[in-house]
Amino acid sequence: MITNPPGVSELYWAFTKMAAQAFGGVLPIAERVVVVDKKWLSQKDFVEMLAVAQAIPGPNIVNLSLMLGDRFQGWRGAFASAMGCLSIPIVLVSILTLLFQSFSEHPVTKGALLGMGAVSIGLVVAMGLRLIGSQSGYRIGWIALVGTVLAVGIGGMSLPMTMLVFGVPAIAIRLWQIRGQGAGEAVKTQVSEKE
Amino acid sequence: MLSAITPDVGWPLIIDLFLRFLLLSLLATGGALSLAPAMHKYLVADKGLLTDAQFMGSIALAQSAPGPNVLFVTVLGWQAAGFWGAVAMTVGCLMPSAILAVYAGRKIVSNPNSYWMRGLREGLAPIAIGLIFATGIVLLKPWINEWRVGLVTVVAIAIAYFSRLAPVYLIAAGAVLGGFGLLQPGS
Repeated sequence: MITNPPGVSELYWAFTKMAAQAFGGVLPIAERVVVVDKKWLSQKDFVEMLAVAQAIPGPNIVNLSLMLGDRFQGWRGAFASAMGCLSIPIVLVSILTLLFQSFSEHPVTKGALLGMGAVSIGLVVAMGLRLIGSQSGYRIGWIALVGTVLAVGIGGMSLPMTMLVFGVPAIAIRLWQIRGQGAGEAVKTQVSEKE
Repeated sequence: MLSAITPDVGWPLIIDLFLRFLLLSLLATGGALSLAPAMHKYLVADKGLLTDAQFMGSIALAQSAPGPNVLFVTVLGWQAAGFWGAVAMTVGCLMPSAILAVYAGRKIVSNPNSYWMRGLREGLAPIAIGLIFATGIVLLKPWINEWRVGLVTVVAIAIAYFSRLAPVYLIAAGAVLGGFGLLQPGS
């Protein structure tokens, strides 16, 4: 346990700084700042908090900032940390959007946005590929994975339907498998590299 | 300029956007990008508020600015319905999961590897990854006949996967290529 817990404004500014230097994912930076620089959490605590942040719906880094802020300063700390993650990036991204919008009819803007978009798709797919590497040995999960890609990507299946058709069975089978492994077995936490 | 910031779209639409994203938020497993196919279906296919190019551009703009990827929702909101659209969709998308994170966090953090949490996390991981690939397909589908766009995507996948180059440089390179009209020479 740390002796000198961070205050509300320190939480806000720490997360503001992390978010401002994060292009394409805040999590790797968050780990360095929270664990190594500030020593607010031990490595083990960070990994466990991240695991929960990933299991809860919503953006992982925002969830993590909320939980961390809450641990030290309750609701006010949670709010301050999340705002740190979001406030300045929201202003920046809004300015960028309005700039592009006001030149949206210009062929150069159109072309540039298409090029940026093509790269963005690449970044998204590469993230998916990296996440596959962090997958635990859940073989049946591959069926759910491929099924989701085809049903949503090609078939246009809605998200609630996807959760019903693939999500619920995937959780049920995993729970059944874990029970089969026995409760006493040591559990290794899987941490993915990116949000 | 002001009309671009607050276009007259009517409050029913803003409320509809807010409620829709409120519900979607609770199904966001594995990050905000896994919601992109559902958002595309709603904003582009059903409502016609955005074109395919605008939708893809929104993700590109969010990735080229610092901060969490979830902010592509803010960009989508700006383009779909101006300032209030951005507010409604951003707040709608973040609020439910934020409340859940604090409450669930307090309960779970003492034992994150309990039976139920492990089942939930490991069971949903394949779906989350599948949704990310589906996002790629949904975004690329409209450009299926533009081989240059696909080529840029494939090269970006390879560089992003095999190197540690910061994504912003790749996006800048894409902007330059596209800005010179190299991706759609016909138009």
